[in-house]
Amino acid sequence: MNVETLDTIKTVVFEKTESLLDVEMHYCPGCGHSVTHRLIAEVIDELGIVEETIGVAPVGCSVFAYNYIGVDFSEAAHGRASAAATGIKRVFPEKYVFSYQGDGDLAAIGTGETIHTCNRGENILIIFINNGIYGMTGGQMAPTTLPNMKSTTSPFGRDTKSMGYPLKITDLVAQLPGTYYVTRQSVHKPLNVRRAKKAIQKGFEYQKLNKGTCFIEIVSNCPSNWKMTPVESNKWLDENMLPFYPLGDLKVPNEKEV
Amino acid sequence: MIKLMKGNEALAEAAIRAGADAYFGYPITPQSEVLEYLSREAEKRTGMVVLQAESEVASINMVYGAAGTGKKVWTSSSSPGISLMQEGISYIASAELPCLIVNVQRGGPGLGTIQPAQSDYFQSVKGGGHGDYRLIVLAPASVQEMSDFVKLSFELAFKYRNPVMILSDGALGQMMEKVEFFEQQERKFDKLDWALVGKPKNRAHNVITSLHIKPDKMEEINIHLQKKYKLIEENEIRFEEIMCDDADYIITAFGLVARICTKAAELAREKGIKVGVFRPISLFPFPSKQIDSYSKKIKGILDVEMNAGQMVEDVKLSVNGKVPVEFYGRMGGIVPAPDEILEALENYIAGGKL
Amino acid sequence: MAKAKGDILINIEKCKGCEICMDACPEDVIAMSKVVNKKGYLYAVKITDSCTGCTNCALVCPDAVITVFRETKQKKEQIATITNVTGNITVTVDK
Repeated sequence: MNVETLDTIKTVVFEKTESLLDVEMHYCPGCGHSVTHRLIAEVIDELGIVEETIGVAPVGCSVFAYNYIGVDFSEAAHGRASAAATGIKRVFPEKYVFSYQGDGDLAAIGTGETIHTCNRGENILIIFINNGIYGMTGGQMAPTTLPNMKSTTSPFGRDTKSMGYPLKITDLVAQLPGTYYVTRQSVHKPLNVRRAKKAIQKGFEYQKLNKGTCFIEIVSNCPSNWKMTPVESNKWLDENMLPFYPLGDLKVPNEKEV
Repeated sequence: MIKLMKGNEALAEAAIRAGADAYFGYPITPQSEVLEYLSREAEKRTGMVVLQAESEVASINMVYGAAGTGKKVWTSSSSPGISLMQEGISYIASAELPCLIVNVQRGGPGLGTIQPAQSDYFQSVKGGGHGDYRLIVLAPASVQEMSDFVKLSFELAFKYRNPVMILSDGALGQMMEKVEFFEQQERKFDKLDWALVGKPKNRAHNVITSLHIKPDKMEEINIHLQKKYKLIEENEIRFEEIMCDDADYIITAFGLVARICTKAAELAREKGIKVGVFRPISLFPFPSKQIDSYSKKIKGILDVEMNAGQMVEDVKLSVNGKVPVEFYGRMGGIVPAPDEILEALENYIAGGKL
Repeated sequence: MAKAKGDILINIEKCKGCEICMDACPEDVIAMSKVVNKKGYLYAVKITDSCTGCTNCALVCPDAVITVFRETKQKKEQIATITNVTGNITVTVDK
């Protein structure tokens, strides 16, 4: 092939997606919330469902999710995002409805709503960020804090004898007949980001089937409250969080049905 | 259509007829018939969503979510359940979402009793949750009004983008009376400009929130809310005057108690004591000016409630010391009888003490 | 086969200097600046031309500040693609 007959064409292979709004997110440097927000926005844009999507934001670090993802959005009281999402979905069954919740919101104060929403099989997508700590309030122990992990309210490490055990709520909801697709992903490495995005895409697509709740846990980091650099926090996540919260699908739809 | 019906069932029937889109609730005595009636009737007749939630906390947050779409949604409960809802109600008021909340009151405090009471007046009228907010509060006195006020509540809720509460009680909920229903209204949906309906290309995304982290913005929101409440006070006062024209004494009472007081007033008149009954229908906004207009014409006011004395504070504020105000109440689920009200009237006011 | 050729564009004023992109880059294309941006962060900068356009940096970037390009060589005057039973045939015309 004669090189002189060739042109060099520079094509964009990655750029910020439109529905991730052009504002600075308040998250700390390196936070997994930001990556997950971007993936949600990318999936919504790629599926072309901006006009059909309504989000529900929690109380916690991601309370301002509605400022960053450009779809109609409702804030919800602490722990009640899945109840609010239920309300929206029930009056708008044709819309894509998702809630975005942290571990304190979903697995402590909102455990009742989480279990019952999944058990009713509400046709919504629940995205659950598990970083094992209360971020917004400054690093207190979460229901998902690992045994012996230090936080401001478990300063000597989580003593499971007196403070109880980390709650694997994703394993729990996978047991409920109302859930349709349950998976645990992370966004700390490029390959994991790709897998997490694929999972989020499925979570939205499955809503049209009306088969039940899709539940995606994202095991994430909290550099500020873990008191690490972002790169260190991702390494720590890899070495400590993932052995306890192993990645992968916990419940997958029967492919014949899909 | 005229029917003989329980108050709770009339509420439910009225909501179906008013074209409500969704109801989210949880069983509690003495209002469980609302959810039961809706479960039987609503979906098949109008397609209204009826969902039994896992708790009152979930119910009110489902209402919050659904109300954010601009659909006509409501819930009902009784006192302890309404207490559980207070956080959600505060969020709904702050986010200015139209909806209807019905409290079929029972005696408290605590788990209390399942018998009727009016001891949630403060909670309903003064703002039971956190922050400076107001509900529009309507107090029915008959099964007929249990029906009529449902339609009115939805109208007011959407007119002002404000939650409306019907403050009823267990007696009204359980008793059967004749009720004439309004015609079935079509369930229709208008896309409201503030509501969550899915972002079209030609506008920015809509957000329903009660979070405004910057204090100047939060104050601005508060000022806006207070202006709205002022407007509601100017436009939405509702009350009933019974035999007040020539009265020397007035009994103030709301809800079912006003009807018992009317009987007491009739007994008083048989004895030659000219007594009238003033019944505030809207508890917020409170008919202060209308009560005050009697200050110079009458010798005293007896306020009667099924509580330890709650609305009486607003009656006193209304007349501001210009006329004596006494209180008679029964608590814990006891409904006062006409003769004991008359006795109180004679003892406290018309008899000797004043 | 020669390595793919790529390029990145970093919106340095939005960068929060988390260094995760630097860690994720298999070609060591990215380093951190010696001076801070307007927000006070050391920001990511491209220091070599060895980018392959793999998008790893952009995938892990929490703040979507990296745009990734890939360079492809294409014959001039490509005018049409015809599909037949054996696959795609690109028809070109010499100048």
